[in-house]
Amino acid sequence: MDFGLTEEQEMLQETVCGFVNNECPPTRLREIFDSGTGYDAALWGGMAEMGLAGLVVPGAYGGAGMEVLDLALVAEVLGGAALPGPFIGHSLASLAIALGGDEAQKQQWLPGLAEGSTVGTVAFCEQGSAWEPEAWRATRRDDRVSGRKLYVPHADVADLLVVGVEGGELLLVERNGDGVELLGMDGIDRTRPVFQVDLVDSPCQVLCDGAGIAGRVRDAGLVLLAADSFGAASKLIDLSVEYAGTREQFGFKIGQFQAVKHQLARLGTDIEPTRALFWHAAYAADHLPQEAAHSAALAKSHITDRAMSTARMAVELYGGLGFTWECDVQMWFKRAMFNRAFLGTPEAHRERCAALAGW
Amino acid sequence: MDLQYSEAYQEFRREVQVFLAGWPLQAEEAKLSAEEQEALFRARAIEAGFVYRDIPKQYGGAGCEPDGLKDAIVREEFYRAGAPGNLPTQGAGMLAPTLLEFGSEAQKKRFIPPALTGEEAWCQGYSEPGSGSDLASLQCSARLDGDHWVVNGQKIWTSNAHEADFMFGLFRTEPDASKHAGISYLLVDMKSPGIDVRPLREMTGSSEFTEVFFDDVRVPAENLVGKRGEGWAVSRATLVHERNLIGNPNMMRETFDDLVELARNTIRNGRPAIEDAHVRQRLVEVEGYVRTAETSNMRQFSASVRGEPLKAMRPMMMAKLYGTDTVQMLQAVAYDLLGSEGMLAPTEEDIRGWSRSNTPTGWVEAYIFSLGPAIAGGASNIQLNIIGERGYGLPRDLRPPAK
Repeated sequence: MDFGLTEEQEMLQETVCGFVNNECPPTRLREIFDSGTGYDAALWGGMAEMGLAGLVVPGAYGGAGMEVLDLALVAEVLGGAALPGPFIGHSLASLAIALGGDEAQKQQWLPGLAEGSTVGTVAFCEQGSAWEPEAWRATRRDDRVSGRKLYVPHADVADLLVVGVEGGELLLVERNGDGVELLGMDGIDRTRPVFQVDLVDSPCQVLCDGAGIAGRVRDAGLVLLAADSFGAASKLIDLSVEYAGTREQFGFKIGQFQAVKHQLARLGTDIEPTRALFWHAAYAADHLPQEAAHSAALAKSHITDRAMSTARMAVELYGGLGFTWECDVQMWFKRAMFNRAFLGTPEAHRERCAALAGW
Repeated sequence: MDLQYSEAYQEFRREVQVFLAGWPLQAEEAKLSAEEQEALFRARAIEAGFVYRDIPKQYGGAGCEPDGLKDAIVREEFYRAGAPGNLPTQGAGMLAPTLLEFGSEAQKKRFIPPALTGEEAWCQGYSEPGSGSDLASLQCSARLDGDHWVVNGQKIWTSNAHEADFMFGLFRTEPDASKHAGISYLLVDMKSPGIDVRPLREMTGSSEFTEVFFDDVRVPAENLVGKRGEGWAVSRATLVHERNLIGNPNMMRETFDDLVELARNTIRNGRPAIEDAHVRQRLVEVEGYVRTAETSNMRQFSASVRGEPLKAMRPMMMAKLYGTDTVQMLQAVAYDLLGSEGMLAPTEEDIRGWSRSNTPTGWVEAYIFSLGPAIAGGASNIQLNIIGERGYGLPRDLRPPAK
């Protein structure tokens, strides 16, 4: 009985933290953010070299064979750095194939995904915030698929799309295949650009057990968003604390005023305890099948909501500066906006929690 | 991370379960009074090594090696069986650990055993009318006169002083020293001449708290715990124990389950309220906080079992505030579900805590009562200062120059 991280897990976080601090400090982040590409080949290459592209790919296919918790711990660090790149879509696509692919599919795709030379992403959402497998309406006829998918992250750099269709099935579609058209959606979070993907009779493979594991992939995604938001909110609190300790008004550091101090202490108290909430949801995703869906939905709805309100408060604490494009706060603010809406809003997942609890 | 218990601990759990088959008591023993039954069973549980596990035998404990996991298993299993375990009193929960840390050998031998059994009840004398959040400004004085302290002044918010045999408290013994350095920790016999206990009536209608007046009360000199003028440090240790008593996530989960039941049984627009989309949202929103408190408590617990409590320092500092905020939020949802029954006054049963709050007036009482914990044991505004300054290293408040 132990609810804490292993030494290896703590080291994993430290290593990734060291990497992002070196390779993507706020100055570099700003360059990528302003470029609008949300991608830096060298950065992704560096992550792949560290094995981060294949964390949940089994060792037999060249990955690290780790669990959702390890993935979430990395997501926390990446959220803290607002790191641009296809990590979330790639991880979920890899997980889908690792969990639901047949042997041939695993052989074909996992080694490249683990290596990072093949980039994956997930195409789940459809018109009307239809994120859930039951709501997918894209259709497959034999080995061809048609439909419109929305908010597909990093579709432009992805080689492989895991596409959700009617019946909760998951399909594998090559982005360069026939009838695959991308349209940039000008998303708010410039660290993870999103695309509309139109599929017209595009060739596809049916993921062997896609319908069986779509829910598990969704749950893992919810956990990663919760972890990323926890990291982003913690970073915003650190930035605000630092600012309150240096900015002076009325002849005093503003952190000496209880109005500011208490506001910051409240933000901290709203966020820090939720670290355990996403840890538990991540653990449940691998080890507690009865609780996994509920834990993931609760963590996603709670933490992405709290992170959003933390981000809004951080802007206020920074005063006029916080409202500028120049201030770094906006990059994490927008990261929090993506995390809150991607894979469904807190409201949608609270309703799922209620239903899962049998209410 | 592994939420399974190892084989050795599963075996320990089975031992506890076998032992608990002896509760409730049977045959002749079942005819004893409820109090006698509890005392008898608790004595057996101490003997078996399940209750007061790490308190040495000579002071009335079980004298086992400290083991947080075993403590947790005992808590869970005793709770499930409704069996009497560690007393949740100020004597057992606060005084005993304080004496173990700071008390003289004679004090430990004399006072710990009856505090553990409940034979002697204790109350806490900290707050004064002029000294709440600024506790160290307290004025109730104790002057050494031969081999006795002579106490004069007043304490307030003293829980259950009218039923207590003793008080542990803070008194100003060094009037010329600076504020924190002038305080000593004394043990006072509540039957001493010159003590007057008057009940306070709370807004719930209950009278749990009292005011205690001291008029030349004589306290034996050997009832000083720790050194003269070092009472502040001694009391800090006790306050940690009080915060631990307050932040119990099991109680929170139980109240949340009751809230869900309330939503099932309340009719809104001709349907159970739990089918109402808005009510469902609010319930899950509260559950997010409850689940966070539970899992964060697990994290703190594991960190302390591993001997790495510093790794969970911030959540530990936040636990009290987080818990009291969560319960207030929960009670606010319950109060809204009550509708017009929210205009009713709590009954005598509700006030005395005889029932869990599953009646409308019980919920009214709980709604009002939920403010209490946010004030007791370090008010929420004080918690925010501690979190801001010690948790996040923010600069200290603007303060008036020292007098």
